[in-house]
Amino acid sequence: MSTTSERASTNGPVEGSTVDGGAGGALAPRPGSAAAAVDRAKAEGRAALVAYLPVGFPDLDASVAAAKAAVAGGADVVELGLPYSDPTMDGPTIQRAVEVALRARTRPADVLRAVEQVAATGAAVLVMTYWPPVDRYGVDRFAADLASAGAAGLITPDLIPDEADGWIAASDEHDLERVFLVAPSSTDARLASTAAACRGFVYAASTMGVTGARTAVGAGAAGLVERTRAAGAERVCVGLGVSTPEQAAQVAGYADGVIVGSAFVARLLQAGSPAEGARAVGELAEDLARGVRRA
Amino acid sequence: MSTPVARAQEQPAPATGLAAERGPYFGAFGGRFVPEALVAALDEIEAAHTAAMADESFLAELAELHRTYSGRPSILTPVPRFAEHAGGATVLLKREDLNHTGSHKINNVLGQALLTKRMGKSRVIAETGAGQHGVATATAAALMGLECTIYMGEEDTRRQALNVARMRLLGATVVPVTAGSRTLKDAVNEAFRDWVASVDTTHYAFGTVAGPHPFPVLVRDYQRVIGLEARAQVLELTGRLPDAVCACVGGGSNAIGIFHAFLDDPQVALHGYEAGGDGVETGRHAAPITAGVTGVFQGARQFVMQDEDGQTIESHSISAGLDYPGVGPEHAWLAAGGRASYHPVTDAQAMDAFRLLCRTEGIIPAIESSHALAGALQLGRELGPDAVLLVNLSGRGDKDVDTAARWFDLVSDADLVASEAERVADAPQRTEGAGW
Ligand SMILES: Cc1ncc(COP(=O)(O)O)c(C=O)c1O
Repeated sequence: MSTTSERASTNGPVEGSTVDGGAGGALAPRPGSAAAAVDRAKAEGRAALVAYLPVGFPDLDASVAAAKAAVAGGADVVELGLPYSDPTMDGPTIQRAVEVALRARTRPADVLRAVEQVAATGAAVLVMTYWPPVDRYGVDRFAADLASAGAAGLITPDLIPDEADGWIAASDEHDLERVFLVAPSSTDARLASTAAACRGFVYAASTMGVTGARTAVGAGAAGLVERTRAAGAERVCVGLGVSTPEQAAQVAGYADGVIVGSAFVARLLQAGSPAEGARAVGELAEDLARGVRRA
Repeated sequence: MSTPVARAQEQPAPATGLAAERGPYFGAFGGRFVPEALVAALDEIEAAHTAAMADESFLAELAELHRTYSGRPSILTPVPRFAEHAGGATVLLKREDLNHTGSHKINNVLGQALLTKRMGKSRVIAETGAGQHGVATATAAALMGLECTIYMGEEDTRRQALNVARMRLLGATVVPVTAGSRTLKDAVNEAFRDWVASVDTTHYAFGTVAGPHPFPVLVRDYQRVIGLEARAQVLELTGRLPDAVCACVGGGSNAIGIFHAFLDDPQVALHGYEAGGDGVETGRHAAPITAGVTGVFQGARQFVMQDEDGQTIESHSISAGLDYPGVGPEHAWLAAGGRASYHPVTDAQAMDAFRLLCRTEGIIPAIESSHALAGALQLGRELGPDAVLLVNLSGRGDKDVDTAARWFDLVSDADLVASEAERVADAPQRTEGAGW
């Protein structure tokens, strides 16, 4: 396994330089990409903080305000969720939020506008989406519109590289990142093929399960990160079940990024008003940002 | 056993023709649109199933269960009094309603329960709409000593309360699903959520020929027995193949089960009947082949009821078992290629046929199957008295007596106890102009 030396060599590549920096070991990550944000964090000797928020919850403007608050609080990368009617990978917290967003008919165009507004903060913005809405929109058109909105790329929880020929071509054409997931159940062969297909980073699911806060981060997560690096991934971020600064610190000890979703959404669900929600999201981001620096 | 029907049960998968197609794609349809976390389990199931299909002892064990437990082969019943209303054609019912637990669902479940044991798993989960697949799964779990959890949309637990009680009697845990539209598709979502966290010990016994590969192929392999038997039975009875085969289509398992043996008999027309609900033109239906789009849904590319943003549109049908906005990829492929044709049947048409079979033949069909009966009535009138129609009677109507009693006003208000007031409010309304 060459992971240790590989990681040691990634000694803070400079944005826009020609230092080897892509997920597949290609060109340096472009400014505004998630890879660049992760690398910047790495140069600071810490893991990146990745915050998930669904667009349209509690309403469109408030979801954008919450995402901006997360950035102001210290999130390096924002994942904006595109609401989908059948979110099989999500637990009750995100399901509830997404149902509200869909009742208000949050549409792909709304998500693209939200991307523009959040990307204007300078944070890297990935769209997190189930595949049916992208498939229906048309993958080429969606990729083009994502790129012009300033998105870094997509996270696709129900699209495996085996089914992703169209998206791989479109993301190459529009220089977008594509984040596929790996799981504790992934074989080494699948870790290798998935890592090779990713651009930006690989999303390692900490546990076998759906989104939602858990009392402990999956015990197998560190091992999965290790296996994923050994399979060729340069950047591995860990998500599912991370909700507290302590958990963030723990995950930051072995991963390149810490992904937090349901905990942010829960703050919005608990808030009495959108302003209060944004404030609570910002505070959680600050706490988590301290967490990823504590590792 | 040496009868043609018994031999038919043991036929291996065909090596050529349309029937040889084994996924993961059926033309442009199918695939695996699932989280990576489930890929290893799907691979494991595919490998176990492929090995099982080539294992004489597995096939013998399944055939023995069919013979001594679920009651196969199911019989073929000519229904001449019913057929008088179908242009005088010969109508033959394949009696899956007589199977143990009352529908074709047991065929699939016995196979998957054996497979669960073969994979060394101790727990089985399933989604259910009408409750038939849930009851069948709970039954097989009881028989084989497996732990069992069934997910059922809350709306369906009300429509099919009797089946909820049956599953609980059999020792299963029934979880009402309150997310989304609270029907079958939401039960599928919830079963997937369970499975991704429990896959080490748990098999997801998918109930129809939809979902990610290999489910469409696996479920079809276990339902193929319907058509294999029926083809031999029709030949034995009439000396020829039927002119048409009719089946209702929810996810599509009973239909593919009876179609499959005829796929490479081009002279046999294959007709699938989707739930037209209040009428396809009203938008309140469950007819994705007739009125849906090509899209990705619950693990596969298929025809699906989807809005312009790719959001699933809620389906509507009087029949809980057909109330599903998608359809299996093999049907999508057969429809796109023209080998089979698919038509919508409204709630009112299905209930007409339901009552007609009750009154003319003394058989109470499932409302799902009544969609196929309604199709056969129309088709028989088109084809005339020389035609032979084979209809899959996929299930019996015991579970539907309550719905039918309300539809036909067979229960007076005084009969309805106060505690049922809420159910009355939720019961399906007769379509205006239905003529009842
Ligand atoms: C009797 C009966 N027929 C048909 C169906 C529809 O399923 P499929 O299309 O998979 O046969 C059901 C589903 O519950 C059923 O119970």
